[in-house]
This record gives sequence, C-alpha cells and structure tokens, in this order.
Amino acid sequence: MQHFAGYFVSAWGAIPAWVQYLLFTLGKILAIAVPVILSVAYLTYAERKVIGYMQSRIGPNRVGFRGLLQPFADVIKLMMKEVVFPANANRYLFFIAPVLSMMPAIAAWVVVPFFPNGSAANVNAGLLLILALTSLGIYGIIISGWASNSKYAFLGAMRSAAQMVAYEIAMGFAIVGVLMAAQTLNLGQIIQHQSGAFWHWYFIPLAPLVVVYFVSAVAETNRLPFDVAEGESEIVAGFHVEYSGMAFAVFFLAEYANMILVSALASIMFFGGWLSPFEGIPYIGAPSAGWLFLKIGILLFLMLWFRATFPRYRYDQIMRLGWKVFIPVTLVWIFVEGAFLIVHLPPWFS
Amino acid sequence: MLQNYLTVLIFIGAGIAIGAILIVVGLLLAPHRPDDEKDSPYECGFEPFDDSRLRFDIRYYLVAILFIIFDLEIAFLFPWAVSLQKIGLTGLFAMAVFLAILIVGFIYEWKRGAMEWE
Repeated sequence: MQHFAGYFVSAWGAIPAWVQYLLFTLGKILAIAVPVILSVAYLTYAERKVIGYMQSRIGPNRVGFRGLLQPFADVIKLMMKEVVFPANANRYLFFIAPVLSMMPAIAAWVVVPFFPNGSAANVNAGLLLILALTSLGIYGIIISGWASNSKYAFLGAMRSAAQMVAYEIAMGFAIVGVLMAAQTLNLGQIIQHQSGAFWHWYFIPLAPLVVVYFVSAVAETNRLPFDVAEGESEIVAGFHVEYSGMAFAVFFLAEYANMILVSALASIMFFGGWLSPFEGIPYIGAPSAGWLFLKIGILLFLMLWFRATFPRYRYDQIMRLGWKVFIPVTLVWIFVEGAFLIVHLPPWFS
Repeated sequence: MLQNYLTVLIFIGAGIAIGAILIVVGLLLAPHRPDDEKDSPYECGFEPFDDSRLRFDIRYYLVAILFIIFDLEIAFLFPWAVSLQKIGLTGLFAMAVFLAILIVGFIYEWKRGAMEWE
C-alpha cells in the first residue's frame, strides 16, 4: 500500500506542470458541478415535497422510498422526450439559448468559497466576476424568446428582460453596500471581515439591503411571486414554451442552479458564509462548510415558502417595486452606511 | 493570480460543455418524428397567425436605457465602495454630488411616467 502511494506520488511528479494543473482543475470542476447538479435534483424534489405539505398533500412518494428517486425518474423521462424544433425557429440560436443560460449558473461557482480558502479560484475581483457572469444569464432568455418564433415566448422574453434589468440594479446597489462594509471584492475576505459571533455579520447594519438583495434575487431567478416571465396561467410558459425534452431540462437546471447560487451569495455576503453563529464557543464555534450549507438551505426553504404563500405579482406592481421602492431604498441606505463608516460604528466598521 | 483567472475561464468552458452535452444527449436518445402540426408555434390551439416577431411596447426601450445609466453608475460605485475607508468624508461627499446629478434625472423620469405600467 505504502509502495503504491509512493509510486503514485512519483508518477504525479513526472507529468508536466500544465497537465497537473489541467487535471487539478478538472477535479475541481467535478467536485463543484456534480454536487451542484445533484442539489438541483433534490431541490426540485424538496420543492414538490415542501409545497405539497404546505398544501396538505404529500407530494411525490411513488418512485423509491418516499419518492426519493423521483428526480432521477424525471431526468430519464425528459431524456426520452422528443426535442421539438418549431418551424421557422432559428436553428442555431434555439439551441445556443439554453446553453447560454446554463453557463453562468455553473461557472459562477468557481469563486464561491465553501470553507476557509476553499474556492476553486481565489480571485480578488470575485464579486465583480459573479455580477458579470450572472448578467449573462439574461441573454439565454432573450435569445430563446426570439429564436422560438412564438408569440408567448417573445412576450415572456421581453417581460423577463425588463424585470431582470430592473432588479439587477437594486441587486447591484445592495452589493455596493456589502463592498463598502468589507472594503474588498474577494468573497473569502468578505466572510473574514464578518468574523465574530452572529452579531458581527452584515445582516444587521445592512438590514434593508438584505431584504432588497434577497427579494431581487427571487425576481432575478424568475421565481414566484415574480414569475410573470413564465407564468403558466398567463403566458403558458413564457420564454421556454417551445422547448421540450432535454432543451427544457437545461433551462430548468439553470433556474434551480441559480436559486442555489443566489442563496449561497446571500449567505456569504450577509450571513457570514462558513462562519459559525456561535464563534468563540468550542466545537460548535468552528467555521465549516456545514454552516454555509445550512444557511443556503434555510434561504432556499424561504424561496419555496414564498412560492407556496404569495400570489403572483402583477407586472406593473413588479416594476413599481423594483424601480420606485428598491432603488430609492438602496440609494438612501448607501449614504446611511457611508455615515456609519465615517464614524466607525462598532463592531462592523471599526 | 493570473492562473486563477485561467481556472475561471476553464469553468466557463465547463459550464458551456455541460449544457451542450445535456442537449446533445437529449437529441440522441429521444425519438425525432417531426410533423407540421407538432412543429407549428404554440398558440393555444389556434392556427398561428401573423409573424411572431411583433412590435413591442416603447417602454421596454425606456427601461433598457434607464438600466444602462444605472448599471454604469453601479460600475462607478464599485471602486469607490472598496476604497471608501481610505478616501473618507471627502469621498462620500464627492459621490453624493455625483449621485445627486443622476437622481435628478431619475426623478425627472419618474415624474414623466417612464416607470408607469398600467
């Protein structure tokens, strides 16, 4: 056994450095993409179960023990379904669109730190990179709406684009608030600046921005109650009405991966990421990836809860909330926070 | 440091690859039997009429233009926010002046009803 391990080490040393780097990066991709896709699968299951129980149903319970294999059954079903290609649709754009919406949902994870120094790429402009990548997601929606050559898809894409840009501004201002407090764009350092027990986290001095960020995140991912872009009862399915089979599955995957991503970002920026809420107490005070996953889980549950609780907003109400409530609130709070910073308000800005 | 950005680039490639592979798998595994009715755009059971790339509301343009202005503003705010502790009160006042100019435009848009959707 020892001999084998030694052989392995020397073999690893023998291969060129750039191949080592490539293999290492490939390992990172697998270590991130596979858990993300698996969590998406179980997020869909959790969604159906949670909403089921909230509506006094039991949700899926036939495939596997308590329906635990349901997501896999869904995937296999979608794989076997025909990918209908609508007449007069643009052949290339039609298939590029789902890929384009999938890309940022996977790629943005590269800078997310799961534990101290535990991100695939420790980039010093991490938050800027995430903002840039997630903005690309809108192209997938617009292109799909345009390429499908369907009126519903087109209307859905227009609505979605206008809604997403409105909320992206509010989201951007909320992120500016975090940057002011942390004085860095590196996600790992943002977490480190919040170290201390839970009253050191940014959700207290940035309370209005947390609300703005999270509600905008729900709107950005086209989740209920802001899903006018794909509301089944209004415009059948919005931008992906013409997509079927795996092409639809990719859109679906991207939406849920984005939900997990925005929850992860919210927990990193406002709730201390991998920091323990009980820092200073032995054992439970240690930072670990478990705390991050717990926080992500709570935020995701909130999203599902929203869906089960709130009726869909009307489009004019959505636009009013984005432009006339969130943007003024964030603008005001940036200056309030500036004042905090100037007077070095403890414990966050000292 | 630069190698970190290469990792980012590889991840972007991986994101594209995952989406593309899934769609190719779907295209290969699933049957493909097109017919005229199935391929026509969905329009609630009606025969589709007109071209679907129709004209749309001018307000979408307005929203897009507003977005560009505000997004640029956020891009300006990023470096300012990161260095606020160093530039202190002067920086805060400078940004207040800059934002005030933009807010005047924002209020004008608001009063003119560019953000009304009824």
